Amino acid sequence: MKNPLLVFNSNGIYCPKGDFYIDPWKPVDKAIITHAHSDHAKAGHRHYLSHHDSKSILKQRLGWEIKLETKDYGEIIKINEVKVSLHPAGHILGSAQIRVEAGGEVWCVSGDYKTQPDPIAVNFEPVPCHTFITECTFGLPVYQWPDEAETITQIENWWKENQQKGKISLISAYSLGKAQRILALIDQSIGKIYCHGAVHTVNELYKRAKKLQGHFPYLSSEIKKEALIGTLIIAPPSAVSSSWAGKLKPLSVGAVSGWMMLRGSKRRQNVDRGFILSDHADWQGLNKAIRQTQSENVICTHGYAEVFAEWLNQNGYNGMSEKTFFESENSEVDIEN
Amino acid sequence: MRRFARLFEELDQTTKTNDRIRSLVSYLEDAEEEDKLWSVALLSGKRPKRGVNSTRMKEWAAEEAGIPFWLFEESYQVVGDMAETISLVLPFREGNNNDSLTDWMEKIIAIAGEEEEVKRQFVVNSWKELRKKERLIFNKLIGGSFRIGVSQKTMVRALSKHSGKGVSELAHRLTGQWSPQTHTYHSLIEEGAGDEDLSKPYPFYLAYPLDEKSDFNAKPEEWYAERKWDGIRGQLISRGGEVFVWTRGEELVTEKYPELMALRQFLPEGVVLDGEILSYKDRLPLPFSELQRRIGRKNVGKKLLCDVPIIMVAYDLLEYNGKDLRASSLLERRTILEKVVSAVNHPNLHISRLLEFKNKNDLAKIRQESRQHRTEGLMLKRKNSEYKVGRKRGDWWKWKVDPLVIDAVMIYAMRGHGRRANLYTDYTFAVWNNKELVPFTKAYSGLTDDEFRQVDRFVKANILEKFGPVRSVRPELVFEIAFEGIAKSTHHKSGISLRFPRMNRWRQDKKPEEANTLTDLKEMLSIYG
Repeated sequence: MKNPLLVFNSNGIYCPKGDFYIDPWKPVDKAIITHAHSDHAKAGHRHYLSHHDSKSILKQRLGWEIKLETKDYGEIIKINEVKVSLHPAGHILGSAQIRVEAGGEVWCVSGDYKTQPDPIAVNFEPVPCHTFITECTFGLPVYQWPDEAETITQIENWWKENQQKGKISLISAYSLGKAQRILALIDQSIGKIYCHGAVHTVNELYKRAKKLQGHFPYLSSEIKKEALIGTLIIAPPSAVSSSWAGKLKPLSVGAVSGWMMLRGSKRRQNVDRGFILSDHADWQGLNKAIRQTQSENVICTHGYAEVFAEWLNQNGYNGMSEKTFFESENSEVDIEN
Repeated sequence: MRRFARLFEELDQTTKTNDRIRSLVSYLEDAEEEDKLWSVALLSGKRPKRGVNSTRMKEWAAEEAGIPFWLFEESYQVVGDMAETISLVLPFREGNNNDSLTDWMEKIIAIAGEEEEVKRQFVVNSWKELRKKERLIFNKLIGGSFRIGVSQKTMVRALSKHSGKGVSELAHRLTGQWSPQTHTYHSLIEEGAGDEDLSKPYPFYLAYPLDEKSDFNAKPEEWYAERKWDGIRGQLISRGGEVFVWTRGEELVTEKYPELMALRQFLPEGVVLDGEILSYKDRLPLPFSELQRRIGRKNVGKKLLCDVPIIMVAYDLLEYNGKDLRASSLLERRTILEKVVSAVNHPNLHISRLLEFKNKNDLAKIRQESRQHRTEGLMLKRKNSEYKVGRKRGDWWKWKVDPLVIDAVMIYAMRGHGRRANLYTDYTFAVWNNKELVPFTKAYSGLTDDEFRQVDRFVKANILEKFGPVRSVRPELVFEIAFEGIAKSTHHKSGISLRFPRMNRWRQDKKPEEANTLTDLKEMLSIYG
């Protein structure tokens, strides 16, 4: 491609015509942020642009003093000669695909996205474009998500079983997005729900924005251990694998993630139960999303980028892959899913 | 099948022995009589041979999933389990089949003899008929790869709870030759119909490694010391005018070892010897790598018989005059054993000589010489010990010689399987030959989960080239490789092969230039090979 609208350089995805970056991993002047997860929203940029709904979380995570401009989905911003707009990605609250247009050519950066509906985030909307830069965290045909409702029922049944056995149920879920999705879907009448501090902080922001309701207090150290029997606790993976969780007894641990599709990943995380629920598109979702963009060129990033690009090549697309620093190849534990 | 699939899932979900026993017992309560024995057979590793070629299975699955074969293979690399990969890519909805485990086992056994097209139809239809979770088990059963991480000990404990029979009795009943096609649950477990089986071995008694916590006082009046032989553990059985040879893996291998069959006319009736099958020449064991040439071979030619002759070194007597001796003391068993071996008086049957010592220092010295005798260290056994079932602390200890070690550079990495699927955990190591790194061994074990995660991260960030599933990696990490033995090899570029290599530690203090050289390895070969 001659003079591409977007290029990958050592700082991130760059638009030469507009002189801005999308989700840069090194400090830059102008950064458009697809969503507030820490591998996409880094500290240290001079100017930030994001969706309205990402505002409070970005400020809370990156500092209240950052220069942040926010927009609604579909609003067109002109940066030099480039038209930029945000479109729902369905990943988490405020997550956006970035549409970039100049000289009649349209590119779209997906950020992280899912095609399954979400109780909180605005559902994914395909953006017709010439070149689509897609994530493919789960770009292999072994990743095919079950229905969300099926997984939630499994979690509820597990919680009830643990109540009968006199155990605490501890869920490992990412503190931004996944935890709130579970809270919005689960039957809160089964028992009492507590949240780890990291989850609680996000809950408060969501509640203030009227995106989440219910009673699931912060799990403070003052709560007596006996009072936790039969309750459900939601905590981020880092806390679940720390000594903090070791003090909760008797305990059953369930991890909620797309990686739980594979028995090997589940065993590696050393949890009692794995529940398949992801905020990323699965194999079918990726393929469908790409079809709907009607794009010719697809640049794959994250995860199984090379394999997925080859698959697209064999199916009539011009598939390419680019390395990003959103995460190392398929990490399972540290990255917000 | 549905109930068995639930058992499989429950066992998969926990590593706690008590939970597993609970699941097994509850399964045995629910299961039909005929399914019970099939489950016991499958859980103890008695599974039908592969009925369908695995490449065909992959091709059919890829076809049904509408994906090219290479993409299936890529997925398999990530999942690390073929049966699981197939079950995940299949696009079918949940099936509705209600057949029992036994029905399925019969179908699976019957299909092995059919034409390929018949097999294909059977496999694809079965996928459609089964539920998603059952497909994984079906694939494993038909592919001959069914394994479940339940130890024999756990299974026997569950069976004991369910049947009310004693643990040792059950462990013994489950040894030897039986299958759900020759026995019923009732006849084998309740009535002990298999007890009549002349070839039936006893469950092996295994030693624990000696450590600081071991209760071992090194008093010669209480303990026997012997060399720890580096062969394969086996039982030699003489009953009904025949001999049978069993390995610890519960495999009947009599025909592989004509040297032991030759003992038939010399061994008394009703005798079971426990010992080590060794390759032995010129009054010294051959390296284990030589013995390996015999292990895989069913029909042995004259040359191999001549190059790698086999003997048995006996160290225990479990049955004499048809009587089970396991409850008597080792002192008594050993006394009769000595008489038996000297009466047999055959060059293919040796006795494991007792070592003389006064204290632990003596033993430590003898242990140091283990490699010269091509042995692995020492065995320490309490004279008044019974012959127990399985691995038990207290009476038998193994005191292995320290491994040989060498510092090497990691140059290739591959993803692991099972628990380690999707993580780079299988590495190839190299030593220096002038300015070049020469690969000499692979190793997969020895690091903690945390270290594996760190190395995995390094690999992913430092891939140079891809060759199929293999990644060449920037040669920066140094590991101390430990191994039990070293031998010459024509199969390897380096000209050597190692016995049981593993990563002893990650030498983060060393630079790649500081790794050992091929000359160092060759020197080890000349001393220990």
